[in-house]
Amino acid sequence: MTASLALSNLACVRGGRVLFKGLNATLGPGDALLLTGPNGVGKSSLLRLIAGLLPAYAGTMSYDGRLALSDENHALDPRLPLAKALGYWAGIDGTGPMAVSAALEALDMTRLADVPVRLLSTGQRRRANLARVLASGADIWLLDEPGNGLDTASLALLERAIAAHRAQGGIVVVASHQPLGLTDAQALALEAAE
Amino acid sequence: MNAFLAILGRDLRLSLGSGGIGLPVVFFLLVATLYPFAVGPDGALLAKTGGGVLWVAALLAALLPIDRLIAPDAEAGVLDQYAVRGVGEEMIAAAKITAHWIGFGPPLMLAAIPASAMLRLDGETLAAVELGLLAGTPGLAALGVMVASLTAGLRRGGALAGLLMLPLAIPLIIFGAGSIGDFGGGALRFLAASSLFLVAVAPFAAGAGIRALRE
Repeated sequence: MTASLALSNLACVRGGRVLFKGLNATLGPGDALLLTGPNGVGKSSLLRLIAGLLPAYAGTMSYDGRLALSDENHALDPRLPLAKALGYWAGIDGTGPMAVSAALEALDMTRLADVPVRLLSTGQRRRANLARVLASGADIWLLDEPGNGLDTASLALLERAIAAHRAQGGIVVVASHQPLGLTDAQALALEAAE
Repeated sequence: MNAFLAILGRDLRLSLGSGGIGLPVVFFLLVATLYPFAVGPDGALLAKTGGGVLWVAALLAALLPIDRLIAPDAEAGVLDQYAVRGVGEEMIAAAKITAHWIGFGPPLMLAAIPASAMLRLDGETLAAVELGLLAGTPGLAALGVMVASLTAGLRRGGALAGLLMLPLAIPLIIFGAGSIGDFGGGALRFLAASSLFLVAVAPFAAGAGIRALRE
């Protein structure tokens, strides 16, 4: 299956306020979409909307492939060792422990595999959150501020992981304030709707 | 099915790890211990009223774990991750009800044995209580998950959960306590029917509650 994602004339209303409207984007295998815009303009809402967690007020959204979302919640059990906590989601995704160790390897966290999630630092939790997406084997990655709290070395690992995912025909949608080294990414600047 | 078993296993592990199983059982035994102190050591009175007291204790014990059934998962983004993976909310609720019952029903039935000794219940009454708990605790577990999902998004939802759950549990307590008396057979059937009704309805109500949490 080849991954694809299409947004057409999408609008989102939260709490009676129009966040954005008339959004269009078409992504095929290997494509990336970078969402930019000021705080509160609806970047996270757009990602949640694509993930199916929010209803679209107007417009349509369609995709082929499986989704994975990385937002501000890591959704990992704090008391479990990192590898086991990631393994829970990999189990539901049907990818298993091999995918978890590959994801930990890709983000340079292999030596943290036995450390309980609650003992991880903020940046490490952020990486663990991304490792959950890597291990999911999903075709479409939805990343909300993936670079927050990451040091330069981790940012490079993240960029490399995104590039590898795109090289395999995956799609990435990123909302980020930091410049990420995304080559040939479509850019979508969200503006406050009136 | 894979996701159902995964959620069931995770919730069981969490309730084992956080003392979620021990607390209701200890509470249940505490009530059974305190009641004879309060009404005096009159064996006949204890034996006559003890069964009903056990049912009240079971109902109140069912309230204790409610605030950690849904709300922590909602806050930690776990429910969002289920949704992204296309796991149905009704299935999440059904798995949570099953896990909650396993961690709550059988331990309570075990605790009823020492509790019945403290309340001077005879073997026949104990058997009726055990049978009633077997039929009624699935309903209590279903009610617990349902109320937990409806109150998870609210601040201080715990107090409201009690106010919501106790009236809905009235049929269970009437038929549960009634199943101990002389005409217990009929009441036991009504108890099983009420419990079955709650188990059938709760996954859908709780599923709707979980969906509403995302807004």
